[in-house]
Amino acid sequence: MCDERARMLQDQFNVSMNHLQALAILISTFHHAKNPSAIDQITFARYAERTAFERPLTSGVAYAVKVLHSEREQFEKQQGWKIKRMDSTEQSPAREEDADLENRDEYAPVIFAQDTYKHVISFDMLTGKEDRENILRARESGKGVLTAPFRLLKSRRLGVILTYAVYKSELTSNATPAERIQAAIGYLGGIFDVEALVDKLLHQLACKHSMMVNVYDKTNPYEPIIMYGSNMTNVGLYHISTLNFGDPIRKHEMHCRFKQKSPLPWLAITTSIGTLVIALLVGYIFHATVSRIAKVEDDYRQMMELKKRAEAADVAKSQFLATVSHEIRTPMNGVLGMLQMLMDTDLDITQEDYVRTAQASGKALVSLINEVLDQAKIESGKLELEAVPFDLRAVLDDILSLFYGKAQEKGLELAVYVSDQVPDVLVGDHGRIRQIITNLIGNSIKFTERGHIYLTVHIFEEVLNSLDKEIEVHSTDTLCGFPVANRRCSWESFKNFKLELPASDPSLLSTSSSHINLIISVEDTGVGIPLEAQSRVFTPFMQVGPSISRIHGGTGIGLSISKCLVGLMKGEIGFVSQPQIGSTFTFTVVLTRACTNSNEYKSSEFHGMTALVVDHRPARAKVTKYHLQRLGVNAILEIDPNQVLSRLTSGTLTINMVLVEKETWSKDSSIWPFIISKLKGNQLDIPKVLLLTNPTSSVKSNTSSSMEYISTIITKPLRASMLQVSLRRAMGCGDGEHSRNGRLPQLSLCGLLHEKQILVVDDNIVNLRVASGALKKYGAEVTCAESGKKAIGMLKPPHKFDACFMDIQMPEMDGFEATKRIREMEADINKQIECWEVPVETFENVLHWHVPILAMTADVIQATHEECLRCGMDGYVSKPFEGEQLYREVTRMLVQVFIGFSIRHCLMEYRGGFEKGESWR
Amino acid sequence: MELGSLQRRYIDFTSALFREGFLDNQYTQLQQLQDESNPEFVLEVVTLFFEDSEKLLNELSRTLDQQVVDFKKVDAHVHQLKGSSASIGAQRVKNVCMAFRNCCEERNQEGCLRWLQQVRQEYFLVKSKLETLFRLEKQILAAGGSVPVLCFLWPTHVETLSV
Repeated sequence: MCDERARMLQDQFNVSMNHLQALAILISTFHHAKNPSAIDQITFARYAERTAFERPLTSGVAYAVKVLHSEREQFEKQQGWKIKRMDSTEQSPAREEDADLENRDEYAPVIFAQDTYKHVISFDMLTGKEDRENILRARESGKGVLTAPFRLLKSRRLGVILTYAVYKSELTSNATPAERIQAAIGYLGGIFDVEALVDKLLHQLACKHSMMVNVYDKTNPYEPIIMYGSNMTNVGLYHISTLNFGDPIRKHEMHCRFKQKSPLPWLAITTSIGTLVIALLVGYIFHATVSRIAKVEDDYRQMMELKKRAEAADVAKSQFLATVSHEIRTPMNGVLGMLQMLMDTDLDITQEDYVRTAQASGKALVSLINEVLDQAKIESGKLELEAVPFDLRAVLDDILSLFYGKAQEKGLELAVYVSDQVPDVLVGDHGRIRQIITNLIGNSIKFTERGHIYLTVHIFEEVLNSLDKEIEVHSTDTLCGFPVANRRCSWESFKNFKLELPASDPSLLSTSSSHINLIISVEDTGVGIPLEAQSRVFTPFMQVGPSISRIHGGTGIGLSISKCLVGLMKGEIGFVSQPQIGSTFTFTVVLTRACTNSNEYKSSEFHGMTALVVDHRPARAKVTKYHLQRLGVNAILEIDPNQVLSRLTSGTLTINMVLVEKETWSKDSSIWPFIISKLKGNQLDIPKVLLLTNPTSSVKSNTSSSMEYISTIITKPLRASMLQVSLRRAMGCGDGEHSRNGRLPQLSLCGLLHEKQILVVDDNIVNLRVASGALKKYGAEVTCAESGKKAIGMLKPPHKFDACFMDIQMPEMDGFEATKRIREMEADINKQIECWEVPVETFENVLHWHVPILAMTADVIQATHEECLRCGMDGYVSKPFEGEQLYREVTRMLVQVFIGFSIRHCLMEYRGGFEKGESWR
Repeated sequence: MELGSLQRRYIDFTSALFREGFLDNQYTQLQQLQDESNPEFVLEVVTLFFEDSEKLLNELSRTLDQQVVDFKKVDAHVHQLKGSSASIGAQRVKNVCMAFRNCCEERNQEGCLRWLQQVRQEYFLVKSKLETLFRLEKQILAAGGSVPVLCFLWPTHVETLSV
């Protein structure tokens, strides 16, 4: 666009220039060539005016003539005015007239001028700086020349003057400058008012406002002279176009630029910036994500590596512990053994004390090592559980007896209760269960100073069913009256518990599966566990505080082991603890049901008896009832002592014994003599009164008044075997003594065994000796045999034996095999007798030979029992022999045998023999 | 020593034996079997046990010393020992025997040898204990007293006793 404008300007300029040249020729033709001149000022002015349209860029033209100094006077006279200087026209024209005009040899006064420039007539052009230069150059070159832009006279606008020289005669194109100067007679000047002209030109073109046009004279490239446009600094972009106005010396340029900066495309800019920002953000996010993923992956790898190392270290640690512990244990046993032997030597008191201390420390060390070994074993996964049948109740009794001493020292009540839904014989690892319970009770005893420790065992489903009932139980109805922590909370977190809650028919569950889920709780009324320590109770070697181990000892490993053991038994362990009230630890274990139901106490001599338990605390009475029921005694609970008399007299049941809790007794000690005397007065069979007492309470001191009515004092904690002994003492039976009422059949069995011929078969001579000793004690005639083979020989009918006790595990021929052979042998002979093949007389007139054979076995597994029966045995007794148990088994066996064979003959003979004290074969 | 202190010492000693698990209730059972008609019963049985056990222990060490160990035989012997120790109530010997049998099942000769060592140790321990006991009994009888009969309702289990 700038180039276009420049070209237009140049074109119009050239047009004007050409016309000026034509005007110059016109003047040379009509002014100088004619004499007199055909042109005067008026003609020139009119002509110039009328042809102004031809020169659109000129604002005016003037013609100056060359006047030599010699011709000046004549010229001035002819024209009628004096030649004036140009630069001083306005200041002091009068003074100048005489000034330096004399020094000049030629003048160029203006004679003709367009009307607009009439004021320049008579001025000497050679006195103007630009004009003079222009004139000199024009006459030398013969071409139009331009001045540098300058302020015009009067109008004070920027302008340039184009000058053409007018020659006297026509000159050749190759004329020298000197010839040209010589030939010059006048000078025609055209005034270009550049500012006005360019304005006019730009007006003709559209969008003038949007463009800023500047025209410069760049003859001197370092000092451009502005010809048009505002003086602006060179900021912004502009376009440069060169202008050629026909004068080779002068260089002109046109600069164009947009007046206003084009409005910024805000939307596009914002959009693109936004996109850019989004892209950057997305990029950043992506980068961050990728680097994060990489970092996490790296971390993960590191963690895995560390984990592997830690695990390896842990395994190594456990193995090391296991090895070291084991290696320490062996020599420690030696040390302990030697200390034990040292104790038996003659020592003075101090020495004995030293040895005792050393031994106690050694034992502490061994038990600690055992614990560590257990932990290590569990951690290295080496601990395996046994699966043997055991009687849980007996195990719990044992545990109780273990803590008897400690509980007594502290005056704590220790009790166990097992729900009757729990089978008598369970299959599992009783050693580990014992360990867990021992640990829990041990802890409880440590932290309990008053109150009780209560161990309860229930079937899981039973607990589920009794959930609602439990809530109603009053909090003070506990074993000793102290409040306890709600034990339900201790198992609330059990997964299993939640899992099985929806089971609609739990009773079905418990009976159908061979697995049995026990829930065992140990409740105490101790100091409890501080809330802040409760979270790390099961962490190994963590104790409530550092002072604990100083006060109470222990390693803090017990609970962690217990937790592991419970886990191994597919159970869970949890606890609830309230500071200053107590803690309850509860765990579950999954055990297998054993099919047999052999409660050793069920068939006791007290079977079928009825006992009245008087205790104002139902929870405690429940425990007593449980133990009585184990002995086969029916228990009736009575809370109020005042009701006892009516119970005893009015009931249809005969009550054989009354068990009174010591606390209840003391509360109303005066009522008892009254009751007893009343009973005596009625001449009734007075039931035995037994007092249940805690080991600490001093019985004699405060109840001496009524003590005479009490048959026996039973010291708690209750255990079946101990209760049995106590009852036996109270009821006046047992240990060979005859029962007063003669109800107990086995007591007459003393006579039954008397002088009986019994064969005992065992390969172990010690066993043999013990067994025979036991049997001899009851008057039996015992014969011994060391092997099954010998026994077969001796039991070949006819023989003298009334019964046979047979060991099962024997070398060469075991008990089963021997029994089988004996039974075959007997069957053979019986058949022969039946068929009269052999005379009965040969067999001592016995029609049917069947010697009762009892197995002697160390393990009471059901399988063994069944095997016994299959082989034709009549029962079994467990080894080693125990007097009472032996009685029981023999009684049962004999009754079974005789009923089983319901052969009148035998039965008759038995009865007869029984009465006469003779043979009962 | 006078009779009273002898008897007290006897009671202390016997209770210790029970408390520390050397003996269990089976020994009490044995004592109960002893009466006027059979005054030496316990001594007789225990002596039998000593003879039998020593024989078995020797047998065991011989069997285990062989290049190829007949584990069946070892097991049978240990079973015997277990049976007799159970019969007289030597609880600790019995317990070790049980562990010994487990080891035997694994056919671990080295382990068996270690257990044998253990059994021997326990055996000699209980033997020395019982001999002391009998000596005491004799002294009491010689002093013209009667041997106190103890009934232990609270057998304790040393191996599970938490310290």
